Amino acid sequence: MVATTAADIVRTADGIPLKERLRQVELSRKIRAFGLVLPLFLFIFVSFGFPIVVMLSNAVDDPEYIGDPLMHTMEALRGWDGEGVPDESAFAALAADLKEAQKTKTTALIGKRLNYVLSGIRSKIITTGRKVEKLEAGPFKDALIGIDPVWGERATWQAIQQADYRFTSLYLMTVLDRTWPFASNATRVEDDSVKVNSWLLAILALLAAALIASRASRDWSPAGPYLFAGALSAFFLMVIQQPDAIARYGVAGTGIVAALASVIVRLHPVWRRTSLYLLCSAVLCLAWFVVLSTTVSVDPDQAVYVAIIVRTFWISVLVTLVTLVLGFPVAYLLASLPIRTSNLLMILVLLPFWTSLLVRTTAWFVLLQDNGVINDTLQFLQLADHPLKLIFSRFGTIVAMTHIQLPFTLLPIYSVMKTIPPSHVRAARSLGAGPFYAFWRVYFPQTMPGLAAGCLLTFILSLGYYITPALVGGPTDQMVSGFIALAINQENNWGKASALGTILLVATMILYFVYNRLIGIDKMKFG
Amino acid sequence: MKIKLGLAGLLMTGVAAIALSAAKPAAAEDQLTVVSWGGAYQESQREAFMKPFQKDTGTKITEEEYNGEIAKIRAMVQAKSVTWDVIDIDTQTALAACAEGILETIDWKKLGLDRSKFIGGDLQDCAVPNIVYATVIAYDTTKLNPGPTSIKDLFDLQKFPGKRGLQNNPFINLEWALIADGVSIADVYKVLNTPEGVDRAFKKLDTIKSEVVWWTAGAQPPQLLADGQVAITSAWNGRIYNAVQKDKKPFKIVWDAQGFDWDWWSIPKDGPRVDLAYKFITYSSQPDKMANQTKYISYGPANKDAIPNVDPAVLPNLPTAPDNMTTALIVDPQFWADKGEELRTRFNAWLAK
Repeated sequence: MVATTAADIVRTADGIPLKERLRQVELSRKIRAFGLVLPLFLFIFVSFGFPIVVMLSNAVDDPEYIGDPLMHTMEALRGWDGEGVPDESAFAALAADLKEAQKTKTTALIGKRLNYVLSGIRSKIITTGRKVEKLEAGPFKDALIGIDPVWGERATWQAIQQADYRFTSLYLMTVLDRTWPFASNATRVEDDSVKVNSWLLAILALLAAALIASRASRDWSPAGPYLFAGALSAFFLMVIQQPDAIARYGVAGTGIVAALASVIVRLHPVWRRTSLYLLCSAVLCLAWFVVLSTTVSVDPDQAVYVAIIVRTFWISVLVTLVTLVLGFPVAYLLASLPIRTSNLLMILVLLPFWTSLLVRTTAWFVLLQDNGVINDTLQFLQLADHPLKLIFSRFGTIVAMTHIQLPFTLLPIYSVMKTIPPSHVRAARSLGAGPFYAFWRVYFPQTMPGLAAGCLLTFILSLGYYITPALVGGPTDQMVSGFIALAINQENNWGKASALGTILLVATMILYFVYNRLIGIDKMKFG
Repeated sequence: MKIKLGLAGLLMTGVAAIALSAAKPAAAEDQLTVVSWGGAYQESQREAFMKPFQKDTGTKITEEEYNGEIAKIRAMVQAKSVTWDVIDIDTQTALAACAEGILETIDWKKLGLDRSKFIGGDLQDCAVPNIVYATVIAYDTTKLNPGPTSIKDLFDLQKFPGKRGLQNNPFINLEWALIADGVSIADVYKVLNTPEGVDRAFKKLDTIKSEVVWWTAGAQPPQLLADGQVAITSAWNGRIYNAVQKDKKPFKIVWDAQGFDWDWWSIPKDGPRVDLAYKFITYSSQPDKMANQTKYISYGPANKDAIPNVDPAVLPNLPTAPDNMTTALIVDPQFWADKGEELRTRFNAWLAK
């Protein structure tokens, strides 16, 4: 063997080693490609990425942090054990802080932030701020309690103590209908009966998980993620509406079972992945157990947000299903008709895109109202003796949303169907398959990439609907976006708005993860 | 090639710079941006205040519309690019925005106005009252005869069967429920401040819940009445008055327990034209200007001196008319600033049940 010499290296005409030259070319091409995407990248970063980061941080990094105006009070409270009422030093510090806050006009902001935890305390703080200016010397304890008895309550001081944390769980807790034990209205007795419908939902989710798992796996190991996701969602649905004590046992039990199962399952090499997922579930159970042990659910008549979030996902699922059922046959028809006819029909499909969303929603308003076209016709034909409740209802919401979303589901399916050679079904038929069997086993699986893409598109777009439910929906059809707008525009509570957005984003990402494991994003075709 | 590109780039930047500078207001002092709620209300302000002000001072007024979103004011002030000079604002938002420090504290001396002459003038630090409006109940006289006469009738399904239109908000509805349940108007907020009082109000609302159509926009109630979707509806008095005057609808307002509330002028903090904004507010608070506004909409002028100038035919239709005031419920902004979020949450939970 001759050692490689310089002469052996392949060089280009100007004497640079080919390898080097290739790398240079590759690099400059990369830079050029990067330069091409740079404007879009910057645009997306500035208009999309950055706001999302701000939103996520606002949900935990208290946007209305009051640790600065209440600096001395916070310091004095750091030594307080949380029993009874703190001593004179804390009262003196509070009086000093409030005096200062009166000067800088931040009293109302302190009141506003504490009002999130203890409703009604805002005006008491403002009144105290006004009166505390006249207090010259101590003792402040009796003087403050004299101004308002609220200062003699333990909960007030605990709320202030909690506000010391710049990173707070307050907003996330609020949108999960939970609160700190001290802030809960203990006068109301908790209903200890187990709520049946949530168990039913849990069983349904488990069944779905089992179905998915059995379908998706020939050997059991890749089924782990589905089992994990299914169990997690079942578990989530199960505990979310339960009284705290029951939920806590449920979580602890599930966690222990998952941890044990993880250890046992690990003995078999094939199940290694599943074991990992089970371990993850156990860790999540632990986290949830901590949440359940440190917080309590709010009064039943204050619990709205979980219901709103569940409702948002439920409406989106329904709209996705309806668009699929309506869109799939149309897509099939379009793909199989001669090009001239199908183009004409395609224009009809695209027609809704030519008018704005608001106009289309308003059109549905006209059609669906009590003395609108549909109800008048039904009554004229004697099919109904009184106007049906079409508008301001779930029905109206689903109909209007389906109309708007239909092309989004249909178009990806259509474009995939266009690429399926008709010869496949013919071959199946000639080999003896019946028409349904040939469709179901040969044609339908090939439409999956488009179907998956269309459904995903519609589902995610539906989650963000705001105008349509507001106009044609009833009060129980309003979705998360509407409440985000309410929190930002009316209540001026950006922390809560961010927390709602965060929950929506995280839940969507979990669903997307499951969806991706089921179908595979690389297999999706948008058109 | 590279040089050409560079030149072109330079040229483009230059053009963009010129375009941008041209887009900026030419001079600060000869124009003013006034923001209000649109519709017939802003129309009345345009006729009574904006147009005369432009004519008298030569200042060009640019109008914009909003929906009371505090977020827009907040974003503007925080970004230090205030483009709204004067805003028409509701009681709640003014209170919240003032606490937030995004509104100018009003200097009444600078305004040159007598604060005591304004109804509710001392209620807010950052706002000047401009009109008084009422949330009332109304019905169609051709369908209900005799019609309801008190707020109790709104809750009486036996006497007046049929759907009710109510605003999709606990605001006023809870107060009315308590009044209909026998609480005296003076005690409403005292009772509503207790958990038992809130329970009592929701219990009363329960009795008509199945018959309620919830409205969200002020334009809806007259439409609901006209379409026969509801027998009785709550509404803002100006909207009903307009439907009667302009569209000749046979609607009638019941003034019992009218929810008496204000709209205000405010100035976003640290704007470039604060002085001119003050001038505009002073101008449109003059008795003759305020009286003139009642020609276009039936909201009461907040300046008491304006009353003698109001057309006697319009007077009985204003919330401030003595006959209408006998059982008025003055909305307590402090109560709603305290309990608003809690009660709204409870209201939404109640709706979903």
